[in-house]
Amino acid sequence: MATRYRGIEHPLRGGWLLVPALAFLAVFFVYPLAMLITRSFTEFRETEAGVGPFGNYLWFFANDANVTILVRTFTTALIVTVVTVLVAYPYAYVMTRVSARWRMVLLAIVLLTFWTSLMVRNYAWLILFQRNGLLNALLASVGLGPVEILGTLPAVVIGMSQILLPFMLLPLYASLSSIDRGLVLAAQSLGARPSVAFLRVYLPLSAPGVAAGGLLVFVLALGFYITPAVLGSPQNSLFSQLIVTQVSDLLAWGRGGAMAVVLFLVTVAMLGLFWLISNRRELPSPLRARGGRS
Amino acid sequence: MSATRVRDPERNSGAVWRVLQVISGIGALWLLVPMLIVIPMSFTGSRSYRFPPESWSFRWYENIVTDDRWLSALGTSLLIAVIVAVVATTLGTAAALGLSRIRIRGAQVLNGLFLSPMILPVVIIGVAVYLVFLNFRLVNSPGGMVLAHTVLATPYVVVAVAASLRGFDTTLERAGASLGAAPLRVFLSVTLPIIRPGVLAGALFAFIASFDELVVSIFLVGPSVRTLPVQMFTSVAQESDPTVAAVSTILMVSTAIILLLVVLAQRSEPRRAP
Repeated sequence: MATRYRGIEHPLRGGWLLVPALAFLAVFFVYPLAMLITRSFTEFRETEAGVGPFGNYLWFFANDANVTILVRTFTTALIVTVVTVLVAYPYAYVMTRVSARWRMVLLAIVLLTFWTSLMVRNYAWLILFQRNGLLNALLASVGLGPVEILGTLPAVVIGMSQILLPFMLLPLYASLSSIDRGLVLAAQSLGARPSVAFLRVYLPLSAPGVAAGGLLVFVLALGFYITPAVLGSPQNSLFSQLIVTQVSDLLAWGRGGAMAVVLFLVTVAMLGLFWLISNRRELPSPLRARGGRS
Repeated sequence: MSATRVRDPERNSGAVWRVLQVISGIGALWLLVPMLIVIPMSFTGSRSYRFPPESWSFRWYENIVTDDRWLSALGTSLLIAVIVAVVATTLGTAAALGLSRIRIRGAQVLNGLFLSPMILPVVIIGVAVYLVFLNFRLVNSPGGMVLAHTVLATPYVVVAVAASLRGFDTTLERAGASLGAAPLRVFLSVTLPIIRPGVLAGALFAFIASFDELVVSIFLVGPSVRTLPVQMFTSVAQESDPTVAAVSTILMVSTAIILLLVVLAQRSEPRRAP
C-alpha cells in the first residue's frame, strides 16, 4: 500500500528544513569557535612571539601553575563523579523499589532541584557555608566547629556534586527501572547469594546507566565556572576560571584560546572514549536524539 | 534446599535495605536543605547571613521593588528568554524535522553538531562568542544576548522535538498532500498536532536555558543589558545582600509552581492511540 504514495512528492521532505538552524549555528557558534582556535595559533604575548604557531600551547604546558589547575580540575571532576554515583545509585535503586507515592516524592525532589536556577543553588550553599551560617550552627550544637569551609575545595566539591546529582540520577533511574527483577530472582533461585546475584546480574545491567550519567557529570564538571567562583577561592580555582581570567582580565586571547582548545580536546577525548566503549551498544538517551527509523 | 535462600524480590527489608534508605535520605536532604535555607534567610532583618536570623522583616522584598536594578534585570531576563524561546523553538523544530527526513550518512554528524552547544563547556562558548561579538558590536546589546542564548537553547528544542518524532508516520503527511494540502497546511494540521508536546517541552526548556543562563551572559553584559542571574552573581560577589535570598525564594516558588502546572498539564493531556 505504501508504494501507492510514492508518486506523491513528500510535502515536508528534504534537508532544507535544516538550513536555518545550520546557518545560525555556523555564524554564531562554529565561526566564533573557529576564530578562537585561530587566535590561539596567531596571537602571542611578547614572551611567546617567534616561538612558532604553538607558542601559546608551549607556554601553557611549561607553566606549572596551569598544569596544576588542569590536574586539579580533572581530579575535582573525578571526585564529583564518584560522589554523585555513590549517592545516586542507592537513591535511584530505592526509587525503583518503593511505593508509587514515595517514588513521586523522591522524583519531585530531584526535579525541583534540577529545575531550580543554578545561581540560586550556588547562593544557597554560600549561605549555608557562612562562618555564622547553618553548618556552623549545627556543628556548634554538637560542640564542634566552627569550620571555615567557604573558599576551600571541599566546599566546591560539595556544591558541584549537589548541583550535578540530578544529571546522574535521572539517566540512572531510567536505566535501573528498566531492569527485569526476574533475572535477579532467577540467579538466586539457581543458588546465587543475593550479593552475588547483584554483582553478577544487576550491576552489569545497570552499567550503561552509570556510564551515561557518569560521563555527563564528568564532562559538565570539567567546565564548571560559577560554583568554584562563588564557593571557592583564587587559590584553588578551576580551569574555567583560568580561561576567564586570561580573556576578561588580561585580554590574552591567544593564551585563553589555547586553554579553551585544551579543555575542548579533553572533553572531546572523554566523549570519544565513551563512544568507543559503548560502540555497537545503543547510545544512552542524553546523547541520542534520533531513534531508528524504518 | 537452596531454594529456601531465595529472597522475595518484592520484600524490602534487612540491613542492606536500611543502609540504602539512609543514603537516599541523605541524598534527598542534600538536594533540598540548601535551597530551603534560602527561604528563612530572605526574611532576615539584618544585612547578614547569620543563621538563624536574629530579627525578621520584609525589607529585602521591598528592596526588589524599590531598587530598580532588580526589577529591570528581571524584565530584561524575561524579555530575552521569551524571544529566545520563540526563535530557538522555530530553528530547533525545523532542524529536528529535517534530521528525521534525511537519510544521508552525515545525519549523525549533523546531529552531533546540533547537540554540541549542550555538551561543550559553556565557558568555551562564552569566550568564543565574546571574541566575535566584540567585533560585531554585539556586546552590551540585548540582541547579542538573544543570539548567544539561542545558540545554547536550540539543542534542547532539537532533542525534545526529535523525541516526539520517534515513530512518527510520515505517510500521514503524504496523505495530507495527496488530498491537496499545501506544505504549510500539512505541517500545521498534520505534523504539528502530533509533535505538539515535544515542541512545547522544547520551548519551555529553551526559555529556562535562557532565563537561567549565567556564564555566557557574564561576558556579554553591560550598562544597557543586565540579566537577573548576572545581577545576582555580581551582588553575591560584592557584598552580603539578602535581596538575593528574596529573589531566590521568588524564583524557587515560581519553579515549583511551573513544575506542578507541567505535571498537571501532562495528566490532562488526552492519550493518543499508539
